[in-house]
Amino acid sequence: MQINAMPLTTIDEAAKKGVSAVQRYSLLSAQALSNLFRRPFYGADIITQMDRIGVGSLPIVILTGFFTGGVLALNTASSLMQFGATAVTGELVSLAMIKELGPVLTSLMVSGRNASGMASELGSMVVTEQIDAMRALGTDPLKKLVMPRIVATVVMMFFLTIVSDALGTLGGAFVSIFMLGQEATQYFHSAYQTLQYPDVVQGLVKPLFFGFIIATIGCFYGMNTRGGTQGVGKSTTQAVVVSSVLIIFVDFVISKFMIGIFGR
Amino acid sequence: MATSEIAPDVSLVQAYPDAPALRFDNVSVSFEGKDVLENISFEVKRGETRVLLGPAGVGKSVLLKLANGLIKPDSGRIYVFGFEITSMREEDLYPLRDCIGMVFQESALFDSLTVRDNVGYRLTEDHVPEDEIDRRVAQALHFVELDHTMDKYPSELSGGMRRRVAIARAIVSRPSLILYDSPTGGLDPITSTTIIELVIKQRDVYKTSSIVVTHRLQDAFMIVSHRFDCDTNKMEPLPPNQTDPCTSFLILHQGKLAFDGSTHDLIHSDDPFLKEYLS
Repeated sequence: MQINAMPLTTIDEAAKKGVSAVQRYSLLSAQALSNLFRRPFYGADIITQMDRIGVGSLPIVILTGFFTGGVLALNTASSLMQFGATAVTGELVSLAMIKELGPVLTSLMVSGRNASGMASELGSMVVTEQIDAMRALGTDPLKKLVMPRIVATVVMMFFLTIVSDALGTLGGAFVSIFMLGQEATQYFHSAYQTLQYPDVVQGLVKPLFFGFIIATIGCFYGMNTRGGTQGVGKSTTQAVVVSSVLIIFVDFVISKFMIGIFGR
Repeated sequence: MATSEIAPDVSLVQAYPDAPALRFDNVSVSFEGKDVLENISFEVKRGETRVLLGPAGVGKSVLLKLANGLIKPDSGRIYVFGFEITSMREEDLYPLRDCIGMVFQESALFDSLTVRDNVGYRLTEDHVPEDEIDRRVAQALHFVELDHTMDKYPSELSGGMRRRVAIARAIVSRPSLILYDSPTGGLDPITSTTIIELVIKQRDVYKTSSIVVTHRLQDAFMIVSHRFDCDTNKMEPLPPNQTDPCTSFLILHQGKLAFDGSTHDLIHSDDPFLKEYLS
């Protein structure tokens, strides 16, 4: 009897832990957001985080965007050549970058850099009792540490995605013009003409959601770190894995929703 | 330190002038189904120092965190300066915490901030002008005799110095209640004596209510058997057979309060556990 009951108990415990984690995540996110409208407002901390997250991520976003655009041009041009349609390379590159790859790849890069950074920084503060010390000194850690990170990530993701989209289009142009011998005017004309309002909206709405996911997941795993330095390592890994998977999943949901609304 | 200049908002402390600084009323707490503290009741009168003794892992640090509202009990009530904190929301606790100083077991200094910013953290959050913060931090660091460490980072300090910075951070806003969580834990005997001297200095000079958690009997008996002499700026032993009247003991054993009373009662107790613990 006892042997049969054990797996059920394990499943039961795992389910309870899962539900509890979702509940705590929702509470942390809601409290951090509601802190936006409560005093004191940590404006300086938001600016600091914007510098760390936004400016700090700029090099990887630039490189990722440029080379993704370049490789897209290379691959699409070789396929399009079979149909004599290399003229639409710019169209494919800009659509793919702006609707999909710009937001997703930028988010994944920022997630790898910053969700891990947030989880390890806050996790270290938890295990060394610095978070408790902060509370004991009369400061709300959700207000001082979590809220600025969420605001900064959401705002900076928006701009980083625009940078990535622009660099991706330029990367595609570089390959098309200098390596595949296409006309610059033709590339940029087709890249620009194909874009419609829904494409741009879709590409700019996604990073807002992705930024929220990166910051809240990073902070959630950081603030719930247990088990010393080993726990910090575990939280860091989990933050990157969970935020990356959630970004891909939410990307699918938003794309489906947007296509349902705009029809493309 | 100039008392009048760095005192926090005293209106909360004086809202219930007859209430003790801290009162536990049948407080129990458990973690993951394991009872850590069971039906703990005691009080800390204003100006009184309670030395909390007990074996490692008995729940001494948990008790201090309960006293500061950092964790909530499963049952029972906790009163700080007459305010029942167990039913308070976290944001309502923050003003009350301004009146409480806490020294953490491992100091818990913010490792990315300098000593100046650590000690002046509470003042910075309260938007005190920078030159005023500098002055108050200098005073607090002078109290713990670490005047020269203002621009250092915690990682550049020794364990004893970190503990003294933690004390400076706890007293910089002149709290009315100080919670010391094993202030001498892991320190050598000479440094431990320096820390205990600071605890006694705070008790005798500022008459601050406090709980001192320790598992070192020699530290506990040093606190009750010494006084601070302001003229020589040193602690000195009280005459033989005399103990500090404002200092008494609490002893935890297996999650329960095994003793609550004076030094005399503790030494003359017939309780087998206490006899074994003190031997």
